[in-house]
Amino acid sequence: MLSSYLTMAAILFCIGLYGALVKRNAVIILLSIELMLNAVNLNLVAFSKYGVVPSLTGQMFTLFSIAVAAAEAAVGIAVLIALFRARGTVNVDEYDEMRR
Amino acid sequence: MFNVNFTGEFVAFFIFSVLIISGAVLMVSFTKVVHMVVSLAAVFIGIAGMFVLLQAEFLAFVQVLIYAGAVSILMIFGIMMTKHQDAEADRSRPLHETLTAIGALALFGILFYAIRQSEFPEPEQPLSQATDNTMEIGKLLFTNYVVPFELVSVLLTVAFIGAIVLAKKEAD
Repeated sequence: MLSSYLTMAAILFCIGLYGALVKRNAVIILLSIELMLNAVNLNLVAFSKYGVVPSLTGQMFTLFSIAVAAAEAAVGIAVLIALFRARGTVNVDEYDEMRR
Repeated sequence: MFNVNFTGEFVAFFIFSVLIISGAVLMVSFTKVVHMVVSLAAVFIGIAGMFVLLQAEFLAFVQVLIYAGAVSILMIFGIMMTKHQDAEADRSRPLHETLTAIGALALFGILFYAIRQSEFPEPEQPLSQATDNTMEIGKLLFTNYVVPFELVSVLLTVAFIGAIVLAKKEAD
């Protein structure tokens, strides 16, 4: 059963990676990053039940990673709104001052 | 290849994985931004269901509250505050998309191969069903993990104050 959960998390991670690399809207990129973080959380919880030494440590790690992900989402959206005010767009391929 | 017996857990796992994968694939393929957020909420709820299957009931509730509730609403507010073209995909980049898809599939292939190859020994003693996981998490949080807990609370405070400062309109 453990390998099914790990495969599930791998699928989710790869879809999130694809979305983060392909999408142009910055909000959707943030969402894809959340998807990848969720895949990692699923791995941690799966190992906390089916690992060699089952314990609650995996769940504690997941709690902390959820808290950090929430902080990341809030700061990400704030940066996005500030960027939108400065540039008038949310498309990431138009944020290209650094290479002009 | 997959020699699994059809227990209740497997059936529930199958249902939740169908929910998660279809939600994630729809999120990648939808063109309207709000639809993407809604399908992502379905993914978060499916993951909460998997947490219940893995005896992590407290985490399942946290997942529903924070991800399906707070993060989705935050993203919808982010979409509202920024001007989005209702449907994106104005100019497509077929080469870039193909290369990214190949890369993601290759990564999945490597991960899948590694998962199939490695041996996972059976747990020595299964996670006890009887004890209250939520109470155990609470005890751990205030004994072994009290320092990380306090650090996370500081991090959250700093992040939210920083978010307010960043998103506040300039005074001029």
